[in-house]
Amino acid sequence: MVNDVIERRRDAADLSTGEAPEVYDAVAGVLDPEVPVLTIEDLGILRDVREDANGHVHVQITPTYSGCPAMEAIRDDIVSALSKVGRTEVTVEFVLAPAWTTDWMSDAGKLKLREYGIAPPQPRDSQPRDDSPISLTLTVRCTLCGSPDTRELSRFGSTACKSLWVCNACKEPFDYFKAI
Amino acid sequence: MTAELSARSDALAYVHPDKSGLFAYVVSLADDSLIAAQRMGHWIAAAPQIEEDIALGNIALDLLGQARSLLTYAGQVEAAATGTPCDEDSLAYFRDERDFLNVHLVERGHGGPGGEPGSDFGVTMARLLILSTYQFGLYTALQSSTDETLAAIAAKAVKEVDYHRDHATMWVLRLGDGTAESHAKVQAALDAEWPYVEELFDNSYIDPSLLESRAAVDPSGLRDVWQRRVASVVDQATLTLPVVPPAVTGGRRGIHTEQMGFLLAEMQHLARSHPGATW
Repeated sequence: MVNDVIERRRDAADLSTGEAPEVYDAVAGVLDPEVPVLTIEDLGILRDVREDANGHVHVQITPTYSGCPAMEAIRDDIVSALSKVGRTEVTVEFVLAPAWTTDWMSDAGKLKLREYGIAPPQPRDSQPRDDSPISLTLTVRCTLCGSPDTRELSRFGSTACKSLWVCNACKEPFDYFKAI
Repeated sequence: MTAELSARSDALAYVHPDKSGLFAYVVSLADDSLIAAQRMGHWIAAAPQIEEDIALGNIALDLLGQARSLLTYAGQVEAAATGTPCDEDSLAYFRDERDFLNVHLVERGHGGPGGEPGSDFGVTMARLLILSTYQFGLYTALQSSTDETLAAIAAKAVKEVDYHRDHATMWVLRLGDGTAESHAKVQAALDAEWPYVEELFDNSYIDPSLLESRAAVDPSGLRDVWQRRVASVVDQATLTLPVVPPAVTGGRRGIHTEQMGFLLAEMQHLARSHPGATW
C-alpha cells in the first residue's frame, strides 16, 4: 500500500515537486546495514522523499522494530548517499504511524532475501491475532534445500526482525524474517 | 568555581514538580519498559542457553525501544510546558529514583541479581508472562488513544509484546508441565510475582482528564481479560493461580524498593560520570 504511494511519487516526482530523480534513487538505494541485500525501499521502511524549493531534502523512514539499532546507521547512510548527488541539506525523520509491517516488503525484496539465505516473511493476516496461547505459523521452507520440513528453534534470532529455524531434512539452521 | 559547580548541577538535576498530567502518564508507561529492559539485560551472556540469551536480549531491546519512543514524547511534552529542553537521555539518566514511575513488578531482581548466581529463570518467565500479557492488553487499547503519538507508539509496540507473550507462554508451559523440579520452581516464582500484579491495574495515579479524553487507557478495565489470558496459560501449564494479598507498592508515586537504587546506579553512572559522552 505504502509502496504504491512511493511508486506513484516516483513517477510524479519531477513533475509535482521538482525533485530530481537522482534524489529519490540515491535515498531508495540505501542498503539495510543488517541485511545488506535489501534496500530500504525493498524493506518498505522508506515512506517519503521530498525536496523543497531551497534544495533541502526531507526523508521519512519508519523503524521495523521500536528498538531497531540500525535506524541511526540508516540515517547516516541516507545523508551520505544524498551528499553524493550534491544534496547537503537533509532532514531524516523517523515516523511511527502507520506501524511498519512485513507486508510492505516488495516482491523483489522477498526474492533477494531468499537468495541471501533468509526465508522471507509470509503474508500477514490483517486480522488481530486470536487469544490462543500460541499462534500458529505456516511452514517456512528451508532456504538451502527447499524442504517444508522445518521447525522453529527460537522465536528470536540474530536481529529483532528474524527468528531462528532449522531444517529437519538437511539439518541446516537458517533465519526467517518474522512476519509482523 | 562555585558558579561553575552550580551551573553543572543545574544541568544535571532533573526535578519535575508534580507527578500528574500527560507527562506523568507517558513516563509511567516508559519507565515500566525501561526498567524491565534494564533488568532483563542482566541475563545477556548468562542465560541458560544461547538461543535464550539472544531471545532475552531481543526482548530487552524491544522494551528499550518502546521506552525510547515514550521518553522522547514525554520530553517533548515537558519541554513544551517548561520551555526547557528535555530529551530521552535526560529523562533516563538524570532523573532520581523518586521521579521514576514504574511498577515494582519490573524493578525487583530475578530472585537474585538477574543473570548473577542465584537468579531464577522461572522468575524471569513468570514475570514476563505477567508483564507482556498486561502490555499486550494495554497497547491494544492504546492504539485507539485520542493522543496520536501514543496511538502510533502503541501500534508499533503491540506487535512486539505479542511476541514476548508467546515466548513467555511457551516457557511457562514447558517449565510448569515439565519435571517436578521445574514445576515447583515456576510455581514458586508465580507465587512470588503475584503480589505485584495489582499495581499494574491501579488507575488512581492517572489524571482523570486523560481518561475522560481517552488519551490514556484505564488499566483497571484491562484486569478481567488479563486474568483470563494468564489463567489459561497457568492452567495448561498444570500450575495454580496464586491466591495472595497484594504487596504494598507505590511505584506510580515514585516510591520504590531497595533494589531500584542499585539498578539505577548501574544504569545511570556512566552518563552521570561523563555527561555528554558519545560513542
